[in-house]
Amino acid sequence: MNAPNDLKYTQSHEWVRLNDDGSVTVGITDHAQEQLGDLVFVETPEIDSEVESEDAVAVVESVKAASDIYAPLGGSITDANGALADEPELVNNDPYNAGWLYKMTPANGTDVEQLMDSDDYESYVTSQG
Amino acid sequence: MTDNTSPADAAAKKPPQQTPLHRLHVEMGGKMVDFAGWHMPVQYPAGIMAEHRQCRERAALFDVSHMGQVELRGSATAHQLEALVPADLQSLPQGKARYTFFTNATGGIMDDLIVTNAGDHFYVVVNASMRYQDIPHLRDNLPDVEVTERHDLALIAVQGPKAVDVVSRHCPDVVPLTFMQSLQTRLLGSDCRISRLGYTGEDGFEIAIPADAAESITRTLLEDELCDVAGLGARDSLRLESGLCLYGNDIDQTTSPVEASLLWAIQKRRRAEGGYPGADVISEQINQGATRKLVGIQPSGKVPARNGVEVQDATGAVIGKITSGGFGPTVGAPVAMGYVASSHCEAGTDVMLVIRGKTHVATVTALPFITQNYKR
Repeated sequence: MNAPNDLKYTQSHEWVRLNDDGSVTVGITDHAQEQLGDLVFVETPEIDSEVESEDAVAVVESVKAASDIYAPLGGSITDANGALADEPELVNNDPYNAGWLYKMTPANGTDVEQLMDSDDYESYVTSQG
Repeated sequence: MTDNTSPADAAAKKPPQQTPLHRLHVEMGGKMVDFAGWHMPVQYPAGIMAEHRQCRERAALFDVSHMGQVELRGSATAHQLEALVPADLQSLPQGKARYTFFTNATGGIMDDLIVTNAGDHFYVVVNASMRYQDIPHLRDNLPDVEVTERHDLALIAVQGPKAVDVVSRHCPDVVPLTFMQSLQTRLLGSDCRISRLGYTGEDGFEIAIPADAAESITRTLLEDELCDVAGLGARDSLRLESGLCLYGNDIDQTTSPVEASLLWAIQKRRRAEGGYPGADVISEQINQGATRKLVGIQPSGKVPARNGVEVQDATGAVIGKITSGGFGPTVGAPVAMGYVASSHCEAGTDVMLVIRGKTHVATVTALPFITQNYKR
């Protein structure tokens, strides 16, 4: 499974990258994009909005269905990937880099430590069948 | 990540059934989902976009064995079946298929189906989810007709501009068929019924074959470089672009054929004579007009408008609802169908769609969204 070991993961298949400035970047995992299939639209969160952990903050739409993307942590949204407006397929083609969804500043910087590491995430996905 | 609009039929309680091609779907990497009580491939590794384009550009093969195949035998089958559907079946020539629907007493649609005059019997294909309703409905209401469900048959669809090349290589009999013609013939050593019709807007065939030969016939057809397998996801985006109704979404017990813009399927004699359930209601709608119509709706932006999205007029008043919607890979943009008030059903009318609390501009559009490519 493609789940880089420098990232943290949620049970709802988001990945979280801790940046040097204390902000985090959020996207969906390779497993998630594979399950969704070809994406045709991504709705990113509004910058400066305040979100709680597990809030539905973004939506990715495949040909067939719309799926919510949840905030892995509470905090404020600081940036969103504008390139996805014209190229939603970046999420399919490069989920951990060019296909990032948004950045946020966590309300509590240590919350990110509570998320799964790549080994835990891989076991979790395997256990989900 | 959770699905807001899961395609799986949550109502199905029993373990999903498997078609004769199940093993092949799994072998080919099909992503299997529970659909209307059947374990079916929603897509293969190529993905819905590629499978959709394969069908528009070359030929795609779909397993539609989950649909119900029924034979009706009796001396007055056409006459008797006309008591349940508004199609003119008495004038249906041998070797010809016709689209129709079971109506209810209030003029709603119980299911849509294809009826073929097969000479010594009528061959009927009904929706997978409705076979448990439709077959008792036929048995209860056609006392002098023998109703036989053909569990021993698989059904595959080969659709696309190159479908005729793929199928005629093994069965030259299909070349002279035109749209909605059907014949009993042989394909790769098996008896089969091949009908030139489908659910994609493209030329193509639906082929009823013995279940025990289905896998080998399918493998042989897929050896053709022009032909690739496609799943239910592409089938849905193809039919939506082609403006074809999906039972349960676009038509149901509460929608009349007049509202659903299906009046073309009620031939002149039946309009005049009636004699099917709900004929009085439908006749009145034909004369007076319906208060709402099923139309194409083209969102102006990139946000897909899916089943259940509210349609508003320019003042924000609710005038209708989306019944099918998604992304049209050939159109290259979102496409949708839905009911709007008759006052707003003209092509070109601007409407508003409310998606996740935000308002989006859209335009009422003539269906289909693509040019249908039937062999006339």
